[in-house]
Amino acid sequence: MKAIRVIFAVLALAAGTAQSRAPSADAKLGEAVYSRCLACHALAYDRTGPRHCGLFGRRAGSVPGFAYSDAMKRSDIVWNARTLDRFLANPTKAIPGTSMGYAGVPVRAERAALIAYLKQANGTPECAKQ
Amino acid sequence: MSFLIQPNDPAATHPRRMFLGKSGLLLSGAAVALMAGQDALAAAKGGKSATEDVSILNSALGAELEAIAAYQLGAESGLLQKPVLDLAVTFQGHHKEHADVLAKTIAKLGGKAVSAKEKYTFPTDKLKTQADVLRFAAMLEKGAVSAYLGAVPLFANRDLAKAAASILGDEAMHWAILRNALGETPVPSAFMS
Repeated sequence: MKAIRVIFAVLALAAGTAQSRAPSADAKLGEAVYSRCLACHALAYDRTGPRHCGLFGRRAGSVPGFAYSDAMKRSDIVWNARTLDRFLANPTKAIPGTSMGYAGVPVRAERAALIAYLKQANGTPECAKQ
Repeated sequence: MSFLIQPNDPAATHPRRMFLGKSGLLLSGAAVALMAGQDALAAAKGGKSATEDVSILNSALGAELEAIAAYQLGAESGLLQKPVLDLAVTFQGHHKEHADVLAKTIAKLGGKAVSAKEKYTFPTDKLKTQADVLRFAAMLEKGAVSAYLGAVPLFANRDLAKAAASILGDEAMHWAILRNALGETPVPSAFMS
């Protein structure tokens, strides 16, 4: 009986681990929203816009070697879910003078999904290599 | 790739000439919009709204220059077979025309156009087949549609918004044709975002 309980406990733990690694529904929607960013951004390398690996906890305008606008460099923002939500809603209003000439993601649920995706992507091997 | 050419289609006889002829009509729309707004552009030169418009145009130009380099990579990869290779070269030509119009407009507004980077980073380790290259190009084109869509409402000068919308239409056609070449639904939804 004890052995069966142990087996169930191990299976439950394994299921929990698998669930935590699988992308959430939010992250899946967020990946679709992220396709809007792919003219200028990539996760692992800089393009017209800076890379998104290492985004959370990073000071805005601080990826080494990337040519940011003065407005972004002076913004004194540290990227987290709250600051990203505000910026993504209307980038040019949040940071006037940003070179990200994009009207933003006005739908709150889409922003939440995009941020969930970016968080999940930052835990993937692609970002771990950075 | 015979699905790109329909039987009894006059384009089948001279597909490249027809394609270029049709696209030339469309691209001239962007140029016309800018030429029509030449006086307004000159008048706006140096103002705050012009500075902001230049910033948006330079972001677009940077992405267009990268797209030109991406199609060059695809064309030189040896992975693209005709007629897909011809399509890639044609689409690259469109991006060159976009970049040219954008750079000239930035200059008219008194700005300094960004230059092409000496080196671009592309996920070459993931580009092993023609389908990989097409999928990569489709991803860039879809992103470009979204980027222009996000830029259109921000332009202070409506002629610039019109020109950006004209380029957007061209990029959307690229995306649809690339999806078709991949065997995917060319136009998967009624709206773009």
